[in-house]
Amino acid sequence: MKIYVYIFVMAAVTYLIRLIPLTLIRRQIQNRFLKSFLYYVPYACLMAMTFPAVFYAADHLLAAVAGVAAAAFLALRNKGLVTVAAAASVTVFAVSWAMELLG
Amino acid sequence: MKKEFTCGLRDGIPIALGYFAVSFSLGITMVSAGISALQGAVMSITNVTSAGEFAGVRVIAAGGTLIEMALTQFIINLRYALMSMSLSQKLDREMPFWQRFVIAFANTDEIFAVAMNHQKSLTLPYMIGLQSLPILGWTAGTFLGAAACGLMPASVSVAMNVMLYGMFIAIVFPVAKKSKPALVVSLLAVFLSCLFRYAPFLQGVSEALSIIICTAAAAALGAVLFPVEDTERAGSEKE
Repeated sequence: MKIYVYIFVMAAVTYLIRLIPLTLIRRQIQNRFLKSFLYYVPYACLMAMTFPAVFYAADHLLAAVAGVAAAAFLALRNKGLVTVAAAASVTVFAVSWAMELLG
Repeated sequence: MKKEFTCGLRDGIPIALGYFAVSFSLGITMVSAGISALQGAVMSITNVTSAGEFAGVRVIAAGGTLIEMALTQFIINLRYALMSMSLSQKLDREMPFWQRFVIAFANTDEIFAVAMNHQKSLTLPYMIGLQSLPILGWTAGTFLGAAACGLMPASVSVAMNVMLYGMFIAIVFPVAKKSKPALVVSLLAVFLSCLFRYAPFLQGVSEALSIIICTAAAAALGAVLFPVEDTERAGSEKE
């Protein structure tokens, strides 16, 4: 039962964070700095969450590096999200497996 | 209206697939924290946030207080406030209040990124379409991961863990390749993030707070160096 209380608190806080800026700010933002800032937020946020954390997401650093390289290669050729994500995953699996074999 | 919904559904498929893989391993983590598959599914369908849920599971495992839980979620998910603010700029100004309550529910990193890349202004049917499959994938993945825990070799779950990062790379790299401002902002964010990871005096900063600081600093510098044009959002063109 206690776990559901935790879950309720998590859900309430998260929803309010998402809801308040979406409901209270109803006019277009005129401030150019703020507009620019908000435009850059997703790129900054996604990259800060990815690097360097991705290099520690696999069992071997080399496997993670290979996965990132595969993802970067395909992403720069404008392949879709699924293709890129799957390639990263398969590469990590293959390289980890090869490294286990080699000891 | 119907076309908007199906268009959203289609755009949500890759996100749903990525979420399924990631939440599958989240479900596995939950089991070790004493959370059942059903409880995990309830958490995922009501929260729809990877980093927040990962942190929440750790708080539960450590028997933290509810205040600690609320604070952790607030810090880790504060970036959604920035995203919601950004998203509100792309909504029809006349959009009624209740529709905003629906759209706010699953404004995740990936749904936000796809929504901001959408050519037209955002409608309720499109957003419901866009959010449904990722919510389903996220919830089903959590449930199945927790239920299948122990049946799967660790090497598989580790490899699936990397999928989320692959998605982030797929979202950012093509834009950074074309737009110098996006490239500079991205590189700066990576640099700062590495600084927080490796600089001895910054290692005490929690991961959540470090993400917030890196995001705000890199985006602020981007806004100073490369202000976007007033008429059109600089990067809203499709890659």
